[in-house]
Amino acid sequence: MSITGPLDTVFLDTVAIRADFPILSRRVRNDKALVYLDSGATSQKPVQVLNAEREFYERHNGAAHRGAHLLSEEGTEIYEGARAKVAAFIGAAPGEVVFTKSATEAVNLVSYSLAPSIRPGDEILITEIEHHANLVPWQQLAQRAGATLKWFKALPDGRLDVDPSLITGRTKLVALTGQSNVTGVITPLAEVARLAHEAGALVLADGAQLVPHHPVDVKALDVDFLVFSGHKMLGPLGLGVLYGKRDRLEALPPFLAGGDMIEVVRMEGSTFQPPPARFEPGVPPAPQAAGLAAAVDYLTALGMDNVAAHEESLTAHALDALREIGGVRIIGPDTTKDRGGAVAFEVDGVHPHDVGQVLDELGVAVRTGHHCAWPLHRALGVQSSARATFYVYNTHDEVDALADAIRYAQRFFGQR
Amino acid sequence: MQLESMYQDIILDHYRNPHHKGLRDPFDAEVYHVNPTCGDEVTLRVLVKDADGEPVVEDVSYDCLGCSISQASASVMADLVIGKPVAEAMRVGEAFLELMRSASKGQDEPDALLDDDTVLEDAVAFAGVSKYPARIKCALLGWMAWKDATARALAKDGEDD
Repeated sequence: MSITGPLDTVFLDTVAIRADFPILSRRVRNDKALVYLDSGATSQKPVQVLNAEREFYERHNGAAHRGAHLLSEEGTEIYEGARAKVAAFIGAAPGEVVFTKSATEAVNLVSYSLAPSIRPGDEILITEIEHHANLVPWQQLAQRAGATLKWFKALPDGRLDVDPSLITGRTKLVALTGQSNVTGVITPLAEVARLAHEAGALVLADGAQLVPHHPVDVKALDVDFLVFSGHKMLGPLGLGVLYGKRDRLEALPPFLAGGDMIEVVRMEGSTFQPPPARFEPGVPPAPQAAGLAAAVDYLTALGMDNVAAHEESLTAHALDALREIGGVRIIGPDTTKDRGGAVAFEVDGVHPHDVGQVLDELGVAVRTGHHCAWPLHRALGVQSSARATFYVYNTHDEVDALADAIRYAQRFFGQR
Repeated sequence: MQLESMYQDIILDHYRNPHHKGLRDPFDAEVYHVNPTCGDEVTLRVLVKDADGEPVVEDVSYDCLGCSISQASASVMADLVIGKPVAEAMRVGEAFLELMRSASKGQDEPDALLDDDTVLEDAVAFAGVSKYPARIKCALLGWMAWKDATARALAKDGEDD
């Protein structure tokens, strides 16, 4: 996984990288090679990550934060070591990183813990381009608290219409994605954070599609909360991350209650640990954390600048290749400016689900549907779409395979 | 390639030229069903008439947005149920549901069902769909909407009496 290449435009050695991902060499339908273009849904895992998780179970398996024995002590070290590694990866302090079971849970944690401070008439500002995970929890909170839900609208190319007049003195929280999981649009997080803070509002950023693909520094973005998922960044499923500024986390009451998050428990009532322990009841998912730490090491060794540059190059190639095919419409910006490696598209006369089916027969794995972003599709006048997403192991040949497969689908359905 | 086994000509014909499409009056019940995973949606109306004490499907009309499988299946379904007594149409619906479940039951070729093409007619073309679990919901969308709308229409008739 060294970063070498004869050309300036080669940012990652995909041959070496692909050798680390056993699944990429398996055959799929019709004995076709797997062309995995669905990392936006979940990424594949390198052997380094699988081995870290396996090694935990084989050598260190004990419940972290408990037990007077060596295994528990080692489990604790590994779990807390992973927290420190993840924190450093995004420019945070270890005490600012809470492990959750998913990014979705992390959003729900904040929405439930903020609830007592939301009053009728307060405003929560979201956006039309959100994944349902950063949309529905805020709708629910607004309904429970009697607050008003507002949103930044989507522009025709999927970019965000950041209308500062929507941020008012009543705005308590602004929640927005860092990068759209459909159009790849990268939002001006730092600018929105500045506007929100001027109005006294908190900012939560959904980094599920941002953190795996770009260098992220929470201090530079100055968001109050950032959520992301381990499984979209080469890590195991079942582990999400909530970053929160220390004082913001300290101000929040617990969300899920139980063991390990308490300070003193009496029958009449309990007191709670400071963050992050306050938000982590139950036996910690240390094996998954070990896997995520290995994923962070893997990405750090590649260099996040190289990861971003590699994906930008694949995205530029995909935009060109899809534009060349008549009858294909790209949903989202048509350049790579402020745009990540998610390319959603429509094919005239062929429904996305049928596009996906034909692509699957050729070994090309894409997502189809509304990608948990129904309001965005509605705003862009699209019922659903097919979506290719790129990651560190994808190659330019695979982009060509995607374009060829789309042409095949058009011929199959008699559209070309 | 297994594609041809799923996308039979009958399916593609119904997809390109759907039968009975477009919402019509009069109707006894209207329902709106979606497939939340892919966003496919159908609005469907049913008109039930009483024929010598037995309810008969007088008309089914619908509007839908979706993939070839869901569109074609709604078209075939309308062909099959219109004009049939409700009880008989429900039996056809059950036979179609069986066909969709056949692959998961390990029946490579659901011969028994396919032989019974007097019941399923064009719907036997969907046998290939049953091999793709993710697409079964597409094929069932129109049928489920029709069953729901018909149940509501019958309940309403009961109230009217």
